[in-house]
Amino acid sequence: MGSFDHNPIIEMRNIEKHFGPVIALNGVSFDVRPGECHCLLGDNGAGKSTFIKTMAGVHKPTKGEILFEGRQMSFDSPRDAMEAGIATVYQDLAMIPLMSVTRNFWMGREPVKRFGPLMFMDFKTANEVTMSEMRKMGINLRSPDQAVGTLSGGERQTVAIARAVHFGAKVLILDEPTSALGVRQTANVLSTIDKVRKTGIGIVFITHNVRHALAVGDRFTVLNRGKTLGTAQRGQITPEELQDLMAGGQEMVALEGSLGGTV
Amino acid sequence: MSSTGVVVDERIKETSKLRQALIRPELGAIVGTIAVFAFFIVFAGDSGMFNAQGVLNWSTVSAQFVIIAVGACMLMIAGEFDLSVGSMIGFAGMSIAIISVTLQWPVWIAILLTFALCIAVGALNGFIVVRTGLPSFIVTLAFLFILRGFTIFFPQLIERRTIIGGISEKAAGDWLAPVFGGKVGGSFFNWLAEMELIAVFERGTRAGEPIVNGIPMLIIWALGLMIIAHVVLTRTRFGNWIFAAGGDAQAARYVGVPVDRVKIQMFMFTAFCACVFATCQVMEFGSAGADRGLLKEFEAIIAVVIGGALLTGGYGSVIGAALGALIFGVVQQGLFFAGVESSLFRVFLGVILLFAVILNTYIRRIITGER
Repeated sequence: MGSFDHNPIIEMRNIEKHFGPVIALNGVSFDVRPGECHCLLGDNGAGKSTFIKTMAGVHKPTKGEILFEGRQMSFDSPRDAMEAGIATVYQDLAMIPLMSVTRNFWMGREPVKRFGPLMFMDFKTANEVTMSEMRKMGINLRSPDQAVGTLSGGERQTVAIARAVHFGAKVLILDEPTSALGVRQTANVLSTIDKVRKTGIGIVFITHNVRHALAVGDRFTVLNRGKTLGTAQRGQITPEELQDLMAGGQEMVALEGSLGGTV
Repeated sequence: MSSTGVVVDERIKETSKLRQALIRPELGAIVGTIAVFAFFIVFAGDSGMFNAQGVLNWSTVSAQFVIIAVGACMLMIAGEFDLSVGSMIGFAGMSIAIISVTLQWPVWIAILLTFALCIAVGALNGFIVVRTGLPSFIVTLAFLFILRGFTIFFPQLIERRTIIGGISEKAAGDWLAPVFGGKVGGSFFNWLAEMELIAVFERGTRAGEPIVNGIPMLIIWALGLMIIAHVVLTRTRFGNWIFAAGGDAQAARYVGVPVDRVKIQMFMFTAFCACVFATCQVMEFGSAGADRGLLKEFEAIIAVVIGGALLTGGYGSVIGAALGALIFGVVQQGLFFAGVESSLFRVFLGVILLFAVILNTYIRRIITGER
């Protein structure tokens, strides 16, 4: 893969995170290169959320180091991480349903136009850019004034992804973007991920669905009980192996037996 | 998935232009305004409600409602309530009276100090709400009692009464007082009288002068606040932050919107509006009473809800709230003109509130596509 010639955009080394007596992360290493989709898999409680929140500047690691474009970094807030180029699309907190697509797209970074001492929001530019960015992602909006609430779950994820890309994200963290979606919408979001990857952005794709991961992933890292179980490249691992790693081996074999191998 | 060409989902019905035009926060208020005017033109058309004097009468009452509704509207869209507005009105009026009459300071100093005091209380309200994360309903309910208590306590302590008069005499010649208590357009109304388009006094010391001799500053304030708030809300970056703060504070914070600051500023704006109301009232009456502004907070909230704002925040319209206030003013005064018992106004308030909330819920479902 050509993308592997590049140095990582972000590299997390032996990250530990303790919440009081609870050790949520116990030495996790992970990196993302430009133009790749690195899937982070793990069952519920494996530490996926804590880990990406550490990457996004929400939590500070207890131990370990974060290298961003080769330099050691410490993010004090999500805003810091965002300025550096790390954008996160959260599963349910991405959009405000009552507001229009344009208002959501530009939220916090509204373009302004001056009239003497007065500053107004530049809706003409904002609408045009929103429409064209959404078209690039393959979504034709009826109108930029359309409330986000009228969009489907997959389309909402796409608006959030398009927003992150437009504002110059270098790393895009997607927190279970497909977990609440139907088959068709999942396919749309996965194809959006593929489009974004091709523009040279590094993607961290969190999921607990092996099929979704294998559809777009270049590398796969599995977390279990706060530790990295290992990283595999595309083609080096079968869906079954990945599934077993995630669920923690033997118990899964026993379960699968009782369910007739359908899980 | 196709990335070129317009993809039309065959399951989505074409929405008509009319339906789209109807789905806006102001819909209920527009319909209500038309209905209310139609009603009173039919039942009170010949009672003098729609001559110059009558129009001035209900416009002034409506303007009072508009001033506090605009503040409540901005705050509600930002996701919070202020139940202390009514007490704030009494408090501000009393503050002006005590500073100017009891302390004998110039009226303009009294007005400016009172504004500073009220806005500070608004900021405190907002600060407590965003810091503790308590519902604004509870925090401002506390201030409803705190402010009203002080409003009764101080004049009793200092003057041994609960109404302080004599402000008109003090305000004569003051430069700031006319901004709240004055009238504009006097020469225009004189001209109208000369053209015999409006009524004039027939007898007395003012014989020959027009009965309506200008537009009260109260109405100018109402229009000004409404226009500024509407433009800020719909046309500026800050307006987008207000919607975002009320729509989903956490999502807004994630993209860097200073949600806490926006909310505190909206509490301050609401306090400012209450203070404008109080100052205009004190300048008009020439006195301040400890019971002024009673129940105004609820009337403001009802006007805002009739105007299409959602109680949960993130959605609403200043124009709608102003129309809601107009409905109030017209009905309150119209019942008087139509010779109906005025206590029925309360019944009307309750009924229209219920209808407005039901309609709003329906409109929100259409907008967000919920079923």
